[in-house]
Amino acid sequence: MSHDEHHELSFIRKYVFSIDHKVIGIQYGITALCFLFFGFCLMMLMRWQLAYPGQELPVLGKLLGEEFFPGGVMTPDFYNSLGVMHGTIMIFLGVVPLLVGAFGNYVMPLQIGAPDMSFPKLNMASYWIYLCGGCVMLASFFVPGGAANSGWTAYPPLSVTATTGQTWWIIGMVFLITSSLLGSVNFIVTIVQLRAKGLTMFRLPFFVWSQLVTAFLLLLAFPPLEAAGVLQLADRVLGTSFFLPEGLVISGQQLVQGAVPSGGGNPILWQHLFWFLAHPEVYVLILPAMGIVGEIIANNTRKPLWGYRPIVYSSIFLGFMSFIVWAHHMFITGMGTSLSMFFATTTMIISIPSVVILTALVISLYKGSIRFNVPMLFALSFLPMFAIGGLTGLPLGLPASDIHLHDTYYVIGHFHYVVAPGTIFAIFAGVYYWFPKVTGRRMSEGLGKIHFWLSLIGMNGAFMPMFFVGIAGMLRRGYDPAAYAANENLLGMVKMSSWSVWMLGVAQLPFILNFFMSIVAGKKVSANPWEATTLEWSAPSPPPHGNFEAVPVVYRGPYEYSTDDRKDDFFPQHLQAEA
Amino acid sequence: MADSHADISKHVKLYIGVFAALAGLTIVTVLASQVDFSGPGHVVVALLIAGIKATLVAAVFMHLKWERSGWIWWPLVLCAFFFVVLMTLPTLVATESRDRAPAGTWDTIPVREAPAHSGGNAESGH
Amino acid sequence: MSASVLPYTVKPHPVTGVYSGKLGTWLFLASEVMLFGAFFSTYVLLRVGAPTEGAAVWPTHEQTHLSWKIGGFNTLVLIISSVTMVLAWAQLKMNNFSKARLYLIVTFVLAGLFLVVKLTMEYYPKFEAGIRPSTNIFFAAYFVLTGLHALHIVGGMVVIGYFIGPGASLWKKDPEYFTNRIECTGLYWHFVDLVWIFLFPVLYLL
Ligand code: HEM
Ligand SMILES: [Cu+2]
Repeated sequence: MSHDEHHELSFIRKYVFSIDHKVIGIQYGITALCFLFFGFCLMMLMRWQLAYPGQELPVLGKLLGEEFFPGGVMTPDFYNSLGVMHGTIMIFLGVVPLLVGAFGNYVMPLQIGAPDMSFPKLNMASYWIYLCGGCVMLASFFVPGGAANSGWTAYPPLSVTATTGQTWWIIGMVFLITSSLLGSVNFIVTIVQLRAKGLTMFRLPFFVWSQLVTAFLLLLAFPPLEAAGVLQLADRVLGTSFFLPEGLVISGQQLVQGAVPSGGGNPILWQHLFWFLAHPEVYVLILPAMGIVGEIIANNTRKPLWGYRPIVYSSIFLGFMSFIVWAHHMFITGMGTSLSMFFATTTMIISIPSVVILTALVISLYKGSIRFNVPMLFALSFLPMFAIGGLTGLPLGLPASDIHLHDTYYVIGHFHYVVAPGTIFAIFAGVYYWFPKVTGRRMSEGLGKIHFWLSLIGMNGAFMPMFFVGIAGMLRRGYDPAAYAANENLLGMVKMSSWSVWMLGVAQLPFILNFFMSIVAGKKVSANPWEATTLEWSAPSPPPHGNFEAVPVVYRGPYEYSTDDRKDDFFPQHLQAEA
Repeated sequence: MADSHADISKHVKLYIGVFAALAGLTIVTVLASQVDFSGPGHVVVALLIAGIKATLVAAVFMHLKWERSGWIWWPLVLCAFFFVVLMTLPTLVATESRDRAPAGTWDTIPVREAPAHSGGNAESGH
Repeated sequence: MSASVLPYTVKPHPVTGVYSGKLGTWLFLASEVMLFGAFFSTYVLLRVGAPTEGAAVWPTHEQTHLSWKIGGFNTLVLIISSVTMVLAWAQLKMNNFSKARLYLIVTFVLAGLFLVVKLTMEYYPKFEAGIRPSTNIFFAAYFVLTGLHALHIVGGMVVIGYFIGPGASLWKKDPEYFTNRIECTGLYWHFVDLVWIFLFPVLYLL
């Protein structure tokens, strides 16, 4: 709409049912941060039961009620519910909405010089469907039997025979999947159609590339899970038996009669459909994080990213390969050896592009004049944390070692190094980095540094012990580690992990304080406080409706830092070279 | 894609032709299902005819025949590939029922005392 | 802020050669292919995995109570509706709004006919005879697959109905934009037809 048509939008249209990608991005961001914190709180509760099994939870135990905490001690069923909800909330309601919904939505259109997303109304719909899904998930705590308690992977037959919460979980997931699908269509079309003049594909900032690949993963991997969800729903509600084997007996009762004329289904099928999504999903969790880290490293080393093209090709290859490795989660289902070999091989292959990206990011540091500000600290620590997470994944991709490690705390340690000190740190880095764009103010460096160092210690204290107790044999999803004689010597490390988790919780206080204080009282900064080159910094902070004052034109690649022929050490994409 | 009037009226003729082909093939597939082929013949014939019909719909009604944009084609190629991967699932699952670990393998973990009311989750794992 | 301020909602992008709505529709259809792919894959697995002897063998045609006559009739109905849909678009291209609208109405009615036949001649008699999705694994697959397809038909009817009714006013404001939206609706509608082209032989004939 042209500028002379200045009709005022009502408050509701402007801030609640807004179709502006920036407002939607902020909505996603705030909502997802809340979910992330909530999912973390669930984990803090669980860690009490693990560290002090069977002991009364101080103060809170009484408050949370007799149903779930008889005598102040958490019930096993409630422990299971917490585990499911922690996993589900962290992934589908916290991290993905932050990486894609918040950062993707806010930053990506700015970085490509677009006035908005291609389908603004669809964008709004994505957010509201996501919120509905989140509410269904939260509400499921209050149905009889509590929230879903069959693992976040919802393996049948257990999930089919579980309490009502599981039905709510499926319905919630269908909402979240729908929201993701709408979002991914929107992202791809926007990146393809709305790039500014001169912004060719290989002049795109790496963050935009990572969003593009991610959107394809969401687009093509999620539908099979949606199908599987519908089938599981039918099993639970319509009494079908897609995932229940014939002649299944539970507690002495035969569930699926060898019905005439045909009988049961196949529980393994669920695992296949589930992991067909869930492996690409882990790249959804990591690719945009790499994108954020790439932006920040280039900016704070004042150097172009080393190996921009290899990084881009690697992420495309990574996205492609991620569709054909899923069964490495299923080595112990009794897969034949040749199939195991196949999936082990593809898994080893897919580790190569990850290493290429990581290596390129590390080499980018070489001979840089590094600025150690808070976003850079988080981005830098992402590198070793992700490396630990990635390298510990290799033994899980090989059947021989996986048979021992499967379903132990080693697995928990492995993927948390990827998603917690990895992705979550990238998210923090992104928050500190783009905060000035969103608010026009900077977050405090002092509080930020406290937040960073405490988080770094907390994260490692929490997850490093898990490798050891896992290799020693402590099983994942166990309610009471002390119940097994073999765990006797491990309980000390379990306690250490728990205390680190609580410390990590405390470490978030400076962040929360910093976040809210900086919105009102942060130091005011210019539109381009980091002296960055990409397009989002050429718009005012915060960008007005329609984003740019003049339609931007792009003349060069994304990371032209320290070029010789300029007095500034950076050369923004939208500036024309002086003749 | 060609936009002029004359071209569109040519299209219209094509649409009617394709309709005739689709209707004809529907009858053929019904007839073929009455014939007694040996082995998997039925399946092959039925899927082949369905494939031809689907191709006609996609090429003509959905205008893929005239579609030149790589941004439409490449996602479709990708999608077709992953579709094929999905269709290998039945074979994958079929091989899994072999070579199962013997029942009771995990019963040997020493248990000190069972937790009060077990969550019943131990075997489901993962 | 209204969608029309964004470039390439109506005119195709000079480089990519498509307008945004068309690309979006195709991407959406790609995800739909994966959705139905998972269902078909499940069906194949259950069918191939069914025991070849004993009580749990796959049902014969007599036992499934599926009539190829009804299925075949509905196949023709959907094929005709696909033709009328594409003709509606062709008429818009030739600037003939009233004819196009007529074709849209025919498409809408045919879609309704499909559903009526499905409900009254297939689902209802089965329920009468006490057949439920839980009866056996064949009917589980049958009801879920055709039910989901029927939902897609309903979705299509909503969209087509919208463009016959309130959405039609767009033609006066921006005929090209309207034509594009009908093209996208058509893409979706042909896809729904395409799914049925596979469902029919798989469920009724094999
Ligand atoms: C940063 C703080 C976090 C801590 C302290 C934490 C801790 C834990 C622990 C101890 C478990 C094992 C529970 C059990 O097996 O009984 C677990 C499971 C899990 N966590 Fe986290 N986590 C954190 C963040 C995340 C994030 C960011 C994600 C995802 C993006 C995530 C996803 C999961 C999943 C999927 C499971 C598996 C649950 C299961 O076995 O069913 N966590 N977490
Ligand atoms: Cu995986």
